[in-house]
Amino acid sequence: MYMYLPIAEMSVNIWLILGLGVAVGLLSGMFGVGGGFLLTPLLMLFGVPPAVAVSTGTSQIIAASMSGVMAHWRRGNVDVKMALFLLAGGLGGSWFGVWLFSFLRSIGQIDLIIALTYVIFLGTLGSLMLMESIRTIARERRVKGSSRTRLHQHNWLHGLPLKTRFRRSKLYISALLPISIGMVVGVLTAIMGIGGGFIMVPAMIYLLGMPTSLVVGTSLLQIAFVTANVTFLQAYTSQTVDIVLGIILIVGGVVGAQFGSRVGAMLQGAQLRGLLAALVLIVGSKLAFDLVIQPSELFSLVIMGRP
Amino acid sequence: MLRAFMIFNICGFMLLGIIFHPRHSYAQDGLIADMSDHLIAITTGFTGANVLLFGAVDEDSSIVVTIRGPEQNILVRRKSRVAGLWINDKEIAFSRVPSFYALATTAPLENLVPDSLRERHQLGLDKLGIFPENEISPEVPIFREALVHLQQQRGRYPTASAQITFLGNRLFRVNLHFSANLPTGQYLIEVFQIKDGEVKNAQTTPLIVSQVGTSAEIQRFAYRHSALYGLIAVAMAVIAGVLGALIFRKV
Repeated sequence: MYMYLPIAEMSVNIWLILGLGVAVGLLSGMFGVGGGFLLTPLLMLFGVPPAVAVSTGTSQIIAASMSGVMAHWRRGNVDVKMALFLLAGGLGGSWFGVWLFSFLRSIGQIDLIIALTYVIFLGTLGSLMLMESIRTIARERRVKGSSRTRLHQHNWLHGLPLKTRFRRSKLYISALLPISIGMVVGVLTAIMGIGGGFIMVPAMIYLLGMPTSLVVGTSLLQIAFVTANVTFLQAYTSQTVDIVLGIILIVGGVVGAQFGSRVGAMLQGAQLRGLLAALVLIVGSKLAFDLVIQPSELFSLVIMGRP
Repeated sequence: MLRAFMIFNICGFMLLGIIFHPRHSYAQDGLIADMSDHLIAITTGFTGANVLLFGAVDEDSSIVVTIRGPEQNILVRRKSRVAGLWINDKEIAFSRVPSFYALATTAPLENLVPDSLRERHQLGLDKLGIFPENEISPEVPIFREALVHLQQQRGRYPTASAQITFLGNRLFRVNLHFSANLPTGQYLIEVFQIKDGEVKNAQTTPLIVSQVGTSAEIQRFAYRHSALYGLIAVAMAVIAGVLGALIFRKV
């Protein structure tokens, strides 16, 4: 069954797009990532113009993350205070990111910067997470039953000023930490056109030392707000949000996210982190591969509009 | 009998064409042509369209039809290896490139028209007037070739030309197929009557490709009331997310 997209100006197979929505929703519910880092490239692969793919992708992430937030909320897995601090940083960061984006574009190498940022972040995070989760799983196997360890390591990060208590996360840390994580993610969101969950989730686990169970719901809440802001700005400034494409993706995404959060609840923290790490590494190495191996098509077209 | 009826019918269509499209029916005596439709309406369920082009000539001759979509400015980029990475390093901007180009002929183009004539009337992809904006580089032909190749891959420059068939020696017809991802705007259809390697007559007809109905209204709304459209898009996504969570709780 085909349907014509009014903004993308092309006709697509509804079932294909619906399936894509379900797949991305599943990931988002399981891992607390928005799924933008998979959705946007896949939409472009189907022939959706890049600008429309990026903008419409964010509208799907709103729905998937809202649905995920609700599911996690019922289980009490959202730290609202932490989300607010992250959001404060995120809004500031994305403002700076938008400026940086236009600066890089004026130099003419935005594509390279995007690809390199992806490779560096995905590669580093993926490897670190994979090693950590393998170690944890191995340790839990060895000392069965006595898995009560320290919640997190203490280091120089805990010497920062403006200490704030986050009751839900059982943390007493500097407010500067979540704000700066939010800010870095905000910058990257603007540059890479994604929700940023796959960077924020590991940062919250390893830098803040938040319990894995809370991280997913909390990051989803922050992502929902940031992507809502981006969707509105894109629709307002560049008219690249395709509502019809968005609806199809959203329907799939909402269903997927519900199943995803169930599957996620069944898995243990370390397994969940290991799976996400594997996914992040796969995407990262695909991008690195594309940068290093000679592409089959050296040329690309950019439609500049009507004369 | 059937054939006579068809011919009668086609003549009737042509008469209608003459009456209703006086501006475009300036064909010289030898050639007359028209289409079953001058508007391709893109609706929500649009999956492509077929338009019948038909006409008559005054003597045994060949026909070449070109279909050109609205023009676009297109940037062609090439990747090269720099410090071990494949990155975009050269780009050439081409101006006024047809967003769509297709041919219909009675026989292979090369057999009908000499090169010089193809050049003059831009017949065939290799003769299409695609030039850079302000670039004098020996690499222009390579980039031009890449542009044509990529447009073919996107289905914008169909590789096979449609077959024009004659009914008797005077009437001709061809079914022009347009695929689903068709750029919108005004298309120009040119019909050439070719005899002994020369253009005897030519006629141009416009074809409008436009969104209609719901999809057109959504697009118009998105451009005219961008802020409201953005708010609706966000609200819709939020509601869908919340609804999804509520529905699935009950299951």
